[in-house]
Amino acid sequence: MTDASPTPVAAVKDRLGRAENRVWKKFRTHRSALFGGVLVSFFVLIALLAPVLPIPDPAATDWGAVRKAPSAAHWMGTDEIGRDVMTRLIWGAQASLLAGVVSVGIALCMGVPLGILAGYFGGWTDAIISRCTEALLAAPFLILAIALAAFLGPSLTNAMIAIGISATPIFIRLTRGQVLNVRSEDYVDSARAIGLPTARILRRYILPNVLPPILVQATLTIATAIIAEASLSFLGLGQQAPEPSWGSMLNTAKNFLNQAPWMALWPGISIFLVVLGFNLLGDGLRDALDPREH
Amino acid sequence: MFLFLTRRLLIAVPTILLISIFVFALQKLLPGDPLLVLAGEERDPQVLELLREKYRLNDPLAVQYFTWVTNALQGDLGISLRTNQPVSELILQKLPVTLQLAAMSMVFALTIGVPAGILSAYKKGSLTDYIANVVALSGLSIPNFWLGIMLILLVSVKWQLLPASGYVPLSEDFGQSLRTMLMPSFVLGTALAATMMRHTRSAMLSVLSADYVRTARAKGLRERRVVLKHAFRNALTPIVTLTALLFGELVAGAVLTEQIFTIPGFGKLVVDAVFNRDYAVVQGIVLVTAVGFIFMNLLADAMYYILNPRLRGQ
Repeated sequence: MTDASPTPVAAVKDRLGRAENRVWKKFRTHRSALFGGVLVSFFVLIALLAPVLPIPDPAATDWGAVRKAPSAAHWMGTDEIGRDVMTRLIWGAQASLLAGVVSVGIALCMGVPLGILAGYFGGWTDAIISRCTEALLAAPFLILAIALAAFLGPSLTNAMIAIGISATPIFIRLTRGQVLNVRSEDYVDSARAIGLPTARILRRYILPNVLPPILVQATLTIATAIIAEASLSFLGLGQQAPEPSWGSMLNTAKNFLNQAPWMALWPGISIFLVVLGFNLLGDGLRDALDPREH
Repeated sequence: MFLFLTRRLLIAVPTILLISIFVFALQKLLPGDPLLVLAGEERDPQVLELLREKYRLNDPLAVQYFTWVTNALQGDLGISLRTNQPVSELILQKLPVTLQLAAMSMVFALTIGVPAGILSAYKKGSLTDYIANVVALSGLSIPNFWLGIMLILLVSVKWQLLPASGYVPLSEDFGQSLRTMLMPSFVLGTALAATMMRHTRSAMLSVLSADYVRTARAKGLRERRVVLKHAFRNALTPIVTLTALLFGELVAGAVLTEQIFTIPGFGKLVVDAVFNRDYAVVQGIVLVTAVGFIFMNLLADAMYYILNPRLRGQ
């Protein structure tokens, strides 16, 4: 006699596979999330292809074409020293996206392990990490980033570090909360009961189960980080001249509003679209991963 | 109520202590010897030693921190390197300007965000809901400094309706003061309105499906009364607490808004301090903002306690 029912492991794998399919299916039908994905992909693509696109050097000046309005030669016009705005916009996408991804990477690398430690071990570890998190959260995100960037010195790298540190408490708090939910689950108790080392439990059982909401938050924080980088560059604390960045382009543009409004128009629209893209993507991911939505 | 607030206040003490350590540590991030920044062009070893004595930099780190925090507790946040004025005095001078901007921005945020959130929740799934959500998400995605630049271009440069920059104190000319602050507070308020709209919508959605709302409808009450009196009153708690918690966003937003509209407030003070390497002012502002945020958190807790009768019963 043969038993047709699947083994428990196969059943769990099957259930997980179906859950993944359900999330993907839900995400695929989320039109605004797909639109966000298209927007983000577009900007990632132009940022990656910037070196090979047939566009002039972003630092090349043309004194015969100073503050020229959009035309066939310069689709988005030129700036105050005759540089092509579209070229600088395309190269500026690299700085913005890099800042968004790297600073969130820094925040994840610091925030997730600290959040896991606080949530899993509790007690003094939790108390110390939580109090430090609250202290950092008390300073408004941008004020903290400005202060850190000011003390570290103005540069894109330091701006990314400053934004990353400022965003870290968000991930510590989120991860800690998720770990508190997961640590008393049966499968974690079982892992402890069979004597698995703590590091392995954290890596194999805790981390994968707390990742989905962190992923959503990371996507939304990239949007915040891009605005923060643009803000710091606008204030002169991020990307330094002559390297292009959307924030520093806006900083220059505000002095030529009357004579060359296009200088301010395009960088702002670009920031808006890429941030909107990440926000839509994050919202879509959240809806797709939310079990109440199924 | 007293016990509740005392407990919250006690929890805030270690947080404030940690903030002070963090703010103090900021100056240690300075590359090189901070004295060289203080001394400027002066590199005479005798002058440097005098400065070292004056600022007690020869003391151990713990003693330096203790001196700094004791002074801060007495309201002495140091002296501005640029203006030679006490930092606390500078902050107190600029604070009313930013408070006026914050209050006017909050009026915009509440008058746009709350009605939009109510409407969006009431008409969930409709075109109105969809438009409100798109507008709110766009509001969250527009960098407010860019919105400010675009408004200056249209409203001030092209249409010449409102002044592009400057500040007139309320006490000097009430009408002109409101006129100069109208555009900056709209810029700052719209970003908050988006957050406010999303929270109001979510709070309203949870109460609109509650039993007491169904009962109110079953009793034959007018729909306007059901929505505004029964549902909105109960959705108000998270909205009121959110208003207090948005303080951080207001201050951060004010930094850029004040920079664009050349408003001599708290935000402009921090940016000017950064560029003049006036680190005592930067430290003072971070400390005051953080403590202010904790105070607003306490206020939010108190309001939550007052508005929520179930909490009062405990």
